[in-house]
Amino acid sequence: MADYTIKVRRFQPESGAGPYWEEFNVDLDPSLSVLDGLLQAKDRDDGSLAVRCSCRAAICGSCGMKINGQSGLGCKTQIGEAQELADKQASATGKGGEGNSIVIEPMGNMPVIKDLVTDMESTHWTKIRRVTPWLLPHGEPPEREYVVEPESMIDITQSMACIQCGACVSSCLSMEADPGFIGPAALAKAYRFVGDPRDAETHERLHDLAEDPHGIYDCTHCFSCIDACPKGVAPMDQIMRLRRKAGEEGIEDPNSGHDHEIAFVKIIEKKGTLDESLLLQESFAPGVKGKLKPSKRAIREMLGSIPTAIRGIKTGKMRSLHKLIPGVHPKLPDQDDVKTIFAHAEEHGEEFNLYIKGEEGELAEDGVEKGIEHSTDPDTPQEVKNG
Amino acid sequence: MAENIKVAYWPGCVSRGFTPELHGSMALVAEKLGWELVELDRANCCGAGVIAEHNQELADTLNARTFALAQQTGLSMMNICSTCQGAQSECQQRLDADSAYRAHINEVLSGQGLSYEKDKGGFTNKNFLWLLVEDYGLDRLKEQVVRPLSGLRVGPFYGCYIVRPKERLGYGEHPDRDIYLEKVIEALGGQVVEYDGARKCCGFPVITMARETSLRQAGTHVGDAIDAGADCLVTPCPLCHLNLDMQQPEAAKVVNRDLGLAVLHLPQLVGLALGAEPKELGMAKHIASTRWVEERLTSGVAA
Repeated sequence: MADYTIKVRRFQPESGAGPYWEEFNVDLDPSLSVLDGLLQAKDRDDGSLAVRCSCRAAICGSCGMKINGQSGLGCKTQIGEAQELADKQASATGKGGEGNSIVIEPMGNMPVIKDLVTDMESTHWTKIRRVTPWLLPHGEPPEREYVVEPESMIDITQSMACIQCGACVSSCLSMEADPGFIGPAALAKAYRFVGDPRDAETHERLHDLAEDPHGIYDCTHCFSCIDACPKGVAPMDQIMRLRRKAGEEGIEDPNSGHDHEIAFVKIIEKKGTLDESLLLQESFAPGVKGKLKPSKRAIREMLGSIPTAIRGIKTGKMRSLHKLIPGVHPKLPDQDDVKTIFAHAEEHGEEFNLYIKGEEGELAEDGVEKGIEHSTDPDTPQEVKNG
Repeated sequence: MAENIKVAYWPGCVSRGFTPELHGSMALVAEKLGWELVELDRANCCGAGVIAEHNQELADTLNARTFALAQQTGLSMMNICSTCQGAQSECQQRLDADSAYRAHINEVLSGQGLSYEKDKGGFTNKNFLWLLVEDYGLDRLKEQVVRPLSGLRVGPFYGCYIVRPKERLGYGEHPDRDIYLEKVIEALGGQVVEYDGARKCCGFPVITMARETSLRQAGTHVGDAIDAGADCLVTPCPLCHLNLDMQQPEAAKVVNRDLGLAVLHLPQLVGLALGAEPKELGMAKHIASTRWVEERLTSGVAA
């Protein structure tokens, strides 16, 4: 048993007052959870402390919260570990010492109903419904069940592990800046259907999510949702898969998302390192694909970047021809080697299933490898290993 | 650890592009610290996550080529960009996890006389920040300080790619990697400023796709740091620098407030403490003026 101080951000709408902090002293084994600590405080000190929970085993997804600023499940975070993190964070800012308060807040990016209970409906569920979260097959349904190859479902098993706890939504840094962003949970759910071989509206789904200014190209690629997710869904990875599929489907979006990706890839194929001014130009008016007429938005974006360029020239940051004139950037001495790599990889395309996590194990005595499973034939898909 | 630092050095694209002051200040600081940097001038772009989004095998092969070029020197590798660190670590994780996949990638590289081998001679790829703390050591760094940053209030800004995902970035072995900037600021005699944005996203990855989301992120973090009393920010990521410094006047418009906060590259902050002059560290090239930082350091407003 050990003593902990938990500092809870509380809010009681019926009081008419704003949110406030309250500390509780709890006493429990370090291997027990932060949720156990909260329930002890509720039991011993204040029965009005509101927290949602049910299974206490990281299955139901009810107890999403922020612990020391990190979004996750209260029941899956050991209080001893939370204490270590609190002490580490204190040491970073010179406070130091041990036994610093463990800070517990309601989830972010959604309204608070009471204490640690948030309104999942107005953000999380609304956004989930936004992506049409059900199968859209075409044609007559089969007499019995749909039959699919097990391998064809590998791609979506990761996104199917979601328990709808909202921790990723809470952690999302894009949503902080743009509350309209569809967000990690809903987009991971979208991939669950985009990747499903039974769904017949893949193109329409991708088109919809690419077109929306708050869709797949509004994700800033910050990895917060990956670290927040208690089930290894890696929502950001699913968003990147949606972008890749949208690109493969040839979907042109008004956000220049696809153009930016293609411009980047083409420049590295041609030059080896990044030509930044060419990237800007090609993201908005992609000459590489023979499209000469930039959209109104693209013209606005390019004009909008002129003041930044002028400031860069003034300070000397951008004062050289190859930074100012798109395309003058020198290529690498061995650029042919880089081109060979492009030719090879583009030819292979999507043959690999690269859901790889962890490291390969040591060879056991019988020569069979432990740890990660993989196929020895590089031309067959890898086994999935979920975290 | 007392041995001298000698590494294969990947400067990245942006440090030689729109943030040339980073590459220059790194060279100067390496000289002052007595580090030997063997520059990988044939290496290619890490893909910054964008190439991996397009084709994972392509990104993995491109970065395997860079690792193989580094391994040819017999040295471990250093980068000076959080985004290079994250993008390269992601590829290295996939390569290291599967010998069959690695063999497939090496087949492509073999035509160029190259091969990436897992753990060859303890091969690592570390950002300057990690190398400074883990291999050089803060005690040695402290001994080199000739101009303590006394009284300078510095806000750390890490860059997403160097703090997440933890499982990929060696946090199991080095759990304090997300508080190294604070440790370095302290070792240099500066004062750490606590503010909300230190480990958040600068917004740069979507500057061409969702400009307002992007600039709102940058503007919010800079504003929060100002409100917390920062004299400047420091970052190990040149892409963050682009959004926090180069785009700062544009970000100010989006968040509708005055900003004007100097953003230093990590080697610049170290360089100042090692006695280098702001000008030779390229600080005049910044968009947000660094004059206030220079004044605080030269006027002897020691704490």
